[in-house]
Amino acid sequence: MSSRAALSRRRLLAGLAAGGALPWLGGCATPSGGPSIGRVVVVGGGWGGATAARYLRLWGGNVDVTLVERGSSFVSCPLSNLVLSGHKQIGDVTLPYAGLEAAGVRRIQAEAVAVDATAKEVRLADGRRLPFDRAVLSPGVDFTPGEVAGLETTAAQERIPHAWKAGPQTVALRRQLEAMHDGGVFALTIPRVPYRCPPGPYERACLVASYFKQAKPRSKVVVFDANPEIQSKKVLFERAFTEHYKGLIDYRPNTELKEVDAATLTAKFDFDDIKADVLNVVPPQRAADIARSAGLVNMNNRWVGIHWLTMESTAAPGIHVLGDATLAAALMPKSGHLANQHAKVAAAAIVQLLRGEAVNPAPVVANTCYSFVTPGEAMHVTSVHQYHADEKTFKVAPGAGLSTAASALEARYAQSWAQNVWADMLAT
Amino acid sequence: MRTPRATALLWLALATGAQAQDANLGRNLAATCSNCHGTNGHARGDLIKPLAGVPADKIVAAFNDFKSGAVPATIMQQIARGFSDDQVRAIAAYFAAQPARP
Repeated sequence: MSSRAALSRRRLLAGLAAGGALPWLGGCATPSGGPSIGRVVVVGGGWGGATAARYLRLWGGNVDVTLVERGSSFVSCPLSNLVLSGHKQIGDVTLPYAGLEAAGVRRIQAEAVAVDATAKEVRLADGRRLPFDRAVLSPGVDFTPGEVAGLETTAAQERIPHAWKAGPQTVALRRQLEAMHDGGVFALTIPRVPYRCPPGPYERACLVASYFKQAKPRSKVVVFDANPEIQSKKVLFERAFTEHYKGLIDYRPNTELKEVDAATLTAKFDFDDIKADVLNVVPPQRAADIARSAGLVNMNNRWVGIHWLTMESTAAPGIHVLGDATLAAALMPKSGHLANQHAKVAAAAIVQLLRGEAVNPAPVVANTCYSFVTPGEAMHVTSVHQYHADEKTFKVAPGAGLSTAASALEARYAQSWAQNVWADMLAT
Repeated sequence: MRTPRATALLWLALATGAQAQDANLGRNLAATCSNCHGTNGHARGDLIKPLAGVPADKIVAAFNDFKSGAVPATIMQQIARGFSDDQVRAIAAYFAAQPARP
C-alpha cells in the first residue's frame, strides 16, 4: 500500500472516530483508553525487560504492564568499562525508570522469586502474587560459583569482583585499580563462550591498559582466555593490543581458570599459577536462576530455548524470554542491543496474541556492538538477522561486518548509540 | 438491513485490519533502527540525523547510496545490505509518516 493511501485512510478513520461514529473500535483506536486487553508482567528491568515494558505500552496501548525489578535504577553494562578506566562515573551509566512510569508502566521494586506458568502468576520475595495473561522474563545471566573453586563465598566474590553486572561491582573494581601500586598486575579471566558481551573482556583489557599507560605505566594487564582466540572483532583487538599496548597487555588463549585463592589473589590454571594485584574473574554463565526455577532452562542445562517468532519459551507457553538468558540463534551475540531487539519482537507478538490476531510472520532484528580500544577511539561489529520460516530461526543477512579500523568518529557514534538506545528502552 | 453507512463501516473495518498488518510491518522493521536513530526516528543528540518526517523517497535513496557505496559510512553500508528493497520501502514509509517532533 502506498503511504498516501494509508494516510488518507487514517484521516478518514480519525474523522469518523472524532465524530463518534466508531465507538465500537474502542481500545483499538485510542492509545490508552478503553478496557484493558490483558495483563503482562515483565521480570527484569535491563535491556530486554525495560524495552519490552516500554514497547508494550507504546504499541499495545491499553495493556496493563507491570515491571518487576530489584534495582532502583537502571545501570548499563555497555560503556561501564569506561568507568573502570576512570573516563566515566557510575552515575553516567545509571538512568532512572521514571520515563517508563510516565509511559504507564507500573513498576514494582522487588525481587521476583518464581514465575508459575500454570497458575499464571509471578511471586515476589515479599509474598505478593502478580497474576498475568502473559509474562516476559528478561532475567539476564547468573554465575555458577561452584565452577570456579575458591569463589564460593561472598567474601571471595568481593575480593575478586566480576564487574560483569554493572553497578556496585564496577565501582569496587575501579577502586581496586585505583588503589593498586604502579608496577602491579591486573589479571582478567574470560570463560568459555557463550558469555554475555563477547567483545567486552577485550575492551576491558584495552581500557584498563589505557588507564595504566597514563597513571601507572609500569603495570601489566594479563588476560587469560578459556577460548582458543579472541571471540569478537579479533583482528581489530589484536591491532589495538599491538599498536597501543605492546608490552602492556599479555594475552594468553586456551587458558581456562580452574581455581582461585582469594587470600593471596592467586589464579590457578592447568599449567600455571599467577599472583595478581587485582584479580577480575568473569565467571562461567548461564540463564539467571529464576529461569531455572521456572522450569525454562532446557538447552545445554544452561539456557532457555525460544520460539523466535514470538520469543516464547519452548518449555512454557505464555512466558516470553529475552536477551542473554536465551540459547542464541546462530551468530547472535549476547548483547544489550539484541535484548532490546528481542523485546520488540516479543512486544509486537504479545499485543497481537492478546488481541487474537496473527503475529508478524517475518520479524527482523539487528545488532550493533561498539567497543572502545582507547578512551577516544571505538569500533563496531554489526549484523541484521532475518527470520526464516522454513527453519524457524533467525539467520544473518548479507552485509554483517566490522569497522575497518577503530576511530574517533566511531567513539562519538558509540556515545550517541548509548544515548539513543537508553532513551528507547527507558522512555526518557 | 444494510445501509450504505453500515457498508462503509464494514469496509472500513476490513480495511483497518489490512492496514494494521501493513502499518505493523513498517513499524516493526523501523524498530530495528531506533537503537541508534531514536524511537520512531526521533534521534537524540546532534550526531544522528532524525528520520521522523523525512520523505520516504529520500530515506530509500539514502539506503541505496549506502548499499552501493556511493555515500561512504562507518556502519550503514553494512546494515543497508541486510534489508530487502521491500523492507526498505516499508521502513521509509513508516518514518515519513511520523511527526518530525515527538
